[in-house]
Amino acid sequence: MTGTTVKVPVRGGVGESTMRPDGIPKVTGNFAFASDLYADGMLWGATRRSPVAHGRIRRVDIGAALAMPGVVAVLTQADTAGRRTFGLEEADQPVLAAGAVRFWGEPIAVVAAHDPDTARRAAAAIGVDIEELPPLSDPEVAVEQGSVVRHIRIRRGEPDASGAVVVEGYYEVGQQDQAPLGTEAGLAIPDGEGGVDLWAVSQWLHADHEQIHLSLGVAPDQVRCHPVGVGGAFGSREDMSMHIHLCMLALRTGRPVKMVYDRAESFTGHVHRHPARMWYRHEANEDGALVKVEAKIILDGGAYASTTSAVIANAAYFAVGPYRVDNVSVDGYGARTNNPPAGAMRGFGAVQACFGHESQMDRLAARLEMDPLELRRRNALGSGDPNATTGQIIEGSLPTVRVIDELAAIPVPDPADPADVRNRPGGTGLTTDPGDIRRGIGYALSIKNLAFSEAFDDSCEASVILTPMGAEVRTAACEVGQGLAMVCQQIARTALGLNHVAVVFTDTSEIGSAGSTSASRQTQMTGGAVLKACEELRDRILTEHGGDDLTDDGVVRGGEVVATLAELCASGPIEHRVVFRHPETFSTDENGQGAPHADFAVAAHRAVVDVDPELGLVRVVRVDTAQDVGTALNPMSIRGQIEGGIMQGLGLAVMEELVLDEGRMLNANFTDYLLPTFADAPDVECRLVEEPGLWGPFGAKGVGEPPTISSTPAVVAAIRDATGLELIRAPVRPEHIVLP
Amino acid sequence: MEIVRPTTLDDALAARDALPGADLLAGGTDLMVEVNFHHREPEHVIALRRVSEIAGWEGRRIGAGVTWTRMEKGPLRALAQLSRTVGSPQIRNAGTIGGNIGTASPAGDGLPYLAALDAEIEVASAGRGVRRLRWDEFLVGVKQTALRPDEIIIAAILPEVMPVAEEFAKVGVRNAMVISTVSACVMRMPDSTWRIALGSVAPTVIRARRAEELLGTTAAPRGSLLAEVADAVAAEVRPITDHRATEAYRRHASGVLVRRLVGRCAA
Ligand SMILES: Cc1cc2nc3c(=O)[nH]c(=O)nc-3n(C[C@H](O)[C@H](O)[C@H](O)COP(=O)(O)OP(=O)(O)OC[C@H]3O[C@@H](n4cnc5c(N)ncnc54)[C@H](O)[C@@H]3O)c2cc1C
Repeated sequence: MTGTTVKVPVRGGVGESTMRPDGIPKVTGNFAFASDLYADGMLWGATRRSPVAHGRIRRVDIGAALAMPGVVAVLTQADTAGRRTFGLEEADQPVLAAGAVRFWGEPIAVVAAHDPDTARRAAAAIGVDIEELPPLSDPEVAVEQGSVVRHIRIRRGEPDASGAVVVEGYYEVGQQDQAPLGTEAGLAIPDGEGGVDLWAVSQWLHADHEQIHLSLGVAPDQVRCHPVGVGGAFGSREDMSMHIHLCMLALRTGRPVKMVYDRAESFTGHVHRHPARMWYRHEANEDGALVKVEAKIILDGGAYASTTSAVIANAAYFAVGPYRVDNVSVDGYGARTNNPPAGAMRGFGAVQACFGHESQMDRLAARLEMDPLELRRRNALGSGDPNATTGQIIEGSLPTVRVIDELAAIPVPDPADPADVRNRPGGTGLTTDPGDIRRGIGYALSIKNLAFSEAFDDSCEASVILTPMGAEVRTAACEVGQGLAMVCQQIARTALGLNHVAVVFTDTSEIGSAGSTSASRQTQMTGGAVLKACEELRDRILTEHGGDDLTDDGVVRGGEVVATLAELCASGPIEHRVVFRHPETFSTDENGQGAPHADFAVAAHRAVVDVDPELGLVRVVRVDTAQDVGTALNPMSIRGQIEGGIMQGLGLAVMEELVLDEGRMLNANFTDYLLPTFADAPDVECRLVEEPGLWGPFGAKGVGEPPTISSTPAVVAAIRDATGLELIRAPVRPEHIVLP
Repeated sequence: MEIVRPTTLDDALAARDALPGADLLAGGTDLMVEVNFHHREPEHVIALRRVSEIAGWEGRRIGAGVTWTRMEKGPLRALAQLSRTVGSPQIRNAGTIGGNIGTASPAGDGLPYLAALDAEIEVASAGRGVRRLRWDEFLVGVKQTALRPDEIIIAAILPEVMPVAEEFAKVGVRNAMVISTVSACVMRMPDSTWRIALGSVAPTVIRARRAEELLGTTAAPRGSLLAEVADAVAAEVRPITDHRATEAYRRHASGVLVRRLVGRCAA
């Protein structure tokens, strides 16, 4: 068929604030999350966990549990057919503990039963006899004793360099939890041939797959990990939780097995952000130019390695922040203790370091009697500069000065009506009269690497299929609520010139790894793979048919349609599959020097707070930001990331902390682990600074992590401004203000 | 689990008599949390929402089934203020004063109001009929009351003489959905005496008697007297350190809150 056609630009392409395909189902309750999974005849699983932080297991007695009516299986480490440990970077964590328990809440046995209640009771009925040992709960002591997952040492420039002005500081960051609203959930279904299909919350299906088949002791193709609806992740789904347990139970019972952690178990069942202790020394000239930065950073990695080695590397590589300094010395230690394991969380090491370096920049500005933004502007790192720690030349865009200037240009509106108590510290608690309030303003900047670093082969596969209807994108990347389906759709529409694009998330047997949904990387990586696949497919079709354009009508040559989509697909859909990689990264040398990173992004935050100093109550009035986004593929979605990231950063600044006592969590629930509510939400104005990046699709950079990183130190800086206190710890608690 | 749903007080009391181990369910905003945490696994539940005799609020008599949402819109200033701080709109629509009294948490936000007023708690049983206990006879420890296994809380009874000024405030680390780290209710009475009650600073809600004495009948306390009152309150509360706040902070905040509330109630 032929006919004339008029070129109509695609709708919902790159740069538009399109709606998410999963948006309406999620808001109306029609979206199936992992906790909604169901299979006929399924059993329910439950986990028996360690009641102590450290101990020797003398005996595990499953007899009473197995004898309970409705209980089908009780498994311990002896039932692990393959590798008995797992882990993302180092397989050091037992699938089920035997011999020793190393953290409070460590899984010891799992149960499958006819209903969740029976499963829970049976887990409780398992006899666990443990000789309790003193836990190693202080990360400083751990480092002294050499209990360290990784020590990273950075030495650059002259150790003897000195500046006229010196500021030193010690800082701490408490343990934040990702606290995703959807708890861990999954369903494993045996395939009847010794293999298993797993649907469980994840950020990286292929990494799960690899670890699962090793522990089950089955061939790789006998395990298939499928995508599911994930109710938030923030790093907590990068490590597995119940995954191997579910597969073991399904294979043992020959029946589908489902598990859902309740809120308390979720807190113990996933890794947390690393708490930090940091010692800093900055030296500068009278004009504010940084001369030397020295830092020692200890992150508490807890009982198992998880991603600690990468997190401590990030903390060390970004210990200085987005500033030029020639002389740098950093020692980063990822400690191994008997605290709950720490791993990935939004900001991944840069969060902790940022609290340190930004607190220092404010101290330096105060000492120099210089405007805090001016000090930062003078030292701003830019494209072409060497990163202060590694010496890596920043090749792509790095608009540090622009984010500072754009932030400064956002006006501070008049304070919200103080007659409305909800705008005051203490809110409807009516603690605070207008006369009790002092206002403060604080600033912070951050820098973060994007995508994987340190010579990791960060490959990402995606496929695009042309059908008579349009195109279908297929990927095993995990949509965890960040909007990946939407951005893939936008990229494919623009790249192909087609309006009808569907995105299908598929399992590990069908397609290669997309890498993790973390490190702010999926828009750049899966987005990059989708762009590459679409461009190559379009070229291939146009070349084959001698066309000069592709539209919804088909291949066009000189304004004439020469082949419709249906004709193109006469002998079946046309698939094009690609693997995308970002520019190579490298390991650093023994001095931490080299080029470990693929790309960088900077952000700047300004917080305005009202403080009631006498009661120590804080109302974060507003947090404004300018962020380096490369190219804004979907401005509305970026705003969503920014507002959410600021809430999470605010949480760490003033309320979110897991409180441990000798390794035991005291507040593993939403009554006492406080997340900011809408009554605590600040107003946010954001400026998206667009300087296209080196290799992301259309110049896009990852945007997920930066909003969380510098918002925390900005809020704390504002509280310092209001109170005149040093405040060396985040989160700031009322007693830190009242009784410093 | 079996649920009994009486519609009259007599039926409710009869059910209570017949099922002494049963849990009473009002709004469920405390009970269901305990069930979710597996701290309680009720075999029998007596649901009280349909019992009309405890649902009403007439003058000084606030039925056990009256919700925070109603009290928030009611005429009693401090009661409305404290009701507004409870949980979220959903919790306030379901949660009741009777449930707050029944739970008897030291952090129960309705309790400082009842303590400041010297209110009574009216309870009834099928066998012994009705009795009234003053708040401090009823609230005997952390989550412990003088309620007998066959009794139901019927109402909170407020006194004849009501304050000329009353103010409530509550300190929490976030601005909604938060358990009090310190709460306080201050009242100035027609005879010019003062009433001061605090929550979350002792095993039960308490009165700050020493501070009340210091204030005497001063209608508009100022300067050094206010400071003395704050110190007296800080000294006489008996708080603990836990993961929510330190003892020192709770003492300090108790004094500050009371000082501010006295200022607001001053003539
Ligand atoms: C998210 C959330 C936020 C909350 N925030 C606050 C807050 O800010 N301040 C605060 O004070 N509380 C708060 N609470 C606790 C709770 O809402 C209150 O204590 C509420 O008043 C309980 O009332 P209820 O009707 O829901 O009680 P229920 O849960 O139904 O019952 C509570 C207890 O009292 C007993 N009981 C109920 N009625 C009677 C009766 N008539 N006679 C005898 N015993 C009875 C029950 O058996 C049970 O033991 C919160 C709870 C939640 C879940």
